Amino acid sequence: MYAYDEIDRTLVNERVSEFRDQVKRRLSGELTEDEFKILRLQNGVYLQLHAYMFRVAIPYGTLASNQLRALAHVARKYDRGYGHFTTRQNIQFNWIKLAELPDALADLAEVGIHAMQTSGNNMRNVTSDQWAGVAPGEIEDPRIWSELIRQHTTLHPEFSFLPRKFKIAITASDHDRAAIKIHDIGLRLIKNEKGETGFEVLVGGGLGRTPFIGKTIKHFVHGRDILSYIEAILRVYNQYGRRDNIYKARIKILVHELGIEKFSREVEEEWQHIRNSSLQIDDEVIEDIRSRFTYPSYEKLPHNPDELRQAAADPDFEAWRKNSVAPHKVQGYSIVTISLKPIGAPPGDATAEQMDALADLADRYSFGEIRVGHEQNLALPHVAKRDLPALWKALDKLGLATPNVNLITDIIACPGLDYCSLANARSIPIAQELTRRFANHELANLIGRLHINISGCINACGHHHVGHIGILGVEKNGEEVYQITIGGRADEGAALGNLIGPGVKFDEVADVVEDVVEAYLALRERPEELFIDTVKRLGVEPFKERVYATR
Amino acid sequence: MTSPLEQKKIKIAGPSVVTANRTWDGIVVYRTAAKSWSADLSEAAIVRNSDEAKALLAESVADDVGAIGPYIAPVQVGADGKIEPGNLREQIRRTGVTIGSSVQV
Repeated sequence: MYAYDEIDRTLVNERVSEFRDQVKRRLSGELTEDEFKILRLQNGVYLQLHAYMFRVAIPYGTLASNQLRALAHVARKYDRGYGHFTTRQNIQFNWIKLAELPDALADLAEVGIHAMQTSGNNMRNVTSDQWAGVAPGEIEDPRIWSELIRQHTTLHPEFSFLPRKFKIAITASDHDRAAIKIHDIGLRLIKNEKGETGFEVLVGGGLGRTPFIGKTIKHFVHGRDILSYIEAILRVYNQYGRRDNIYKARIKILVHELGIEKFSREVEEEWQHIRNSSLQIDDEVIEDIRSRFTYPSYEKLPHNPDELRQAAADPDFEAWRKNSVAPHKVQGYSIVTISLKPIGAPPGDATAEQMDALADLADRYSFGEIRVGHEQNLALPHVAKRDLPALWKALDKLGLATPNVNLITDIIACPGLDYCSLANARSIPIAQELTRRFANHELANLIGRLHINISGCINACGHHHVGHIGILGVEKNGEEVYQITIGGRADEGAALGNLIGPGVKFDEVADVVEDVVEAYLALRERPEELFIDTVKRLGVEPFKERVYATR
Repeated sequence: MTSPLEQKKIKIAGPSVVTANRTWDGIVVYRTAAKSWSADLSEAAIVRNSDEAKALLAESVADDVGAIGPYIAPVQVGADGKIEPGNLREQIRRTGVTIGSSVQV
């Protein structure tokens, strides 16, 4: 966990007071909506279909148990008893009243949570690997660098009025769980030949109506130079990024139009002006941030304790363990992913009761720490293996032990037309139907790892372009129509999916996905060949033939 | 269901209402003939041509403290005068999400 200092606390508290005054002036009519809109957006407040939506930041996906309880409290007191975890390590409340928002923010500020950088054309919440600090083989904890960038960019005037929103993600593992290649800037922590810590820097990734996979702009930037290098990228973007057309304003368009070589030269030139400035980071600064992250006092525990061996006889426990439990860097401990994808329920939602109970379980089994991943699941990062059976039983009682992590029912979906004012079509009901179709755990296991991503409009909040199966809802002649892509992926091998054919109606989507999956099962060379690998080997055609032969 | 927030020209093909979200709490409201806002669609003022729609929208926009984001939305008016939303988006805004209970435990 990261411990806030006095500057952080003052900043968050002052922000609440400021917003309270802004809301008061808005409700009295002193501020018009046009004047107020940018202010509310800078505090995570959107207007959606039914009400205001309040988006709260969970920087680099790390939450303390008291913070999760505070989120539960907001859900219960100010909203309708639940929250929705998003694909960028935020949580959204869908029914909040503007008049009560300052109180909700004040309650969150007591535990160091805020809504800065969750909306608007600024530097957004820096995201990272939800297994940061505990994943075996990690270069080092990427949250230290995430926190450095957070501190530098929060309310930075130069980054508060960018051409469009700007998103950074950081990973420190070979396997990318932070989807860095679909971010405006993606950072991969690496060591150079001298053993010094630095970053491979990628730029220009993003989804939406014009998707691009990020390109490497520099193979190694020393850690001490990372702020100046990021700032150089942002300065070039600020100078050349288009402000006349919202659809062409993201940095991915600029990188594409200039070409990575020219963009890179521009950045390099800018960087040479500023790299030896105050933006160069002293080791002391990094060490200070590092010292403010506290890590558990792990016990010396056996690799395979008796409790785990005994529980292995229970097939339900084993099914959960195989999909939800991952190796930890410390012997005797595990990382536990908690599926927020129960069969038939909206992906990523959790009730206040679940959040409270999970906070208690985190205190008991995970040193009071919870993580939030971009796949809309949670994780307990420090669970002793001996405690896994007891934890599983407790999670099962809460409806949080669905054994489907990374399987076909572990679906990423945006809120879609059920909530979102930008959406053209519904996402959540499609996800619900798909989870019912593939509810049989043996079938899901037979299929193996398969990610379905659903977006209700071209803005792609459900990351449909990078789903193994991607589903995009659009409108055609007043009806919801869904385009299906296959072959996308969001990890270190990130790729955009390819369309399999004409769009299909709402009622046909689950049938089409079943056809695609049946084709895969028939076409795969062996059970171990994942869906994504079969698509890579054979291309779209065999799947297209299967789906459209009878349609 | 093109977002009405992106409406550029006011052109209506049938009976329509002006809808928005109430400023202080954000709930869905409809402009009434009494120059007020109501959460009840049956109390909405119905407009049937572009000039009427423009006038109702202009009046609604002017009431910035009462509600935000006003726009024209299609409705269907039954023989008995009952007003129903004219598309899925407005149906969802009126009756709520289509996903059953929010979370299953």
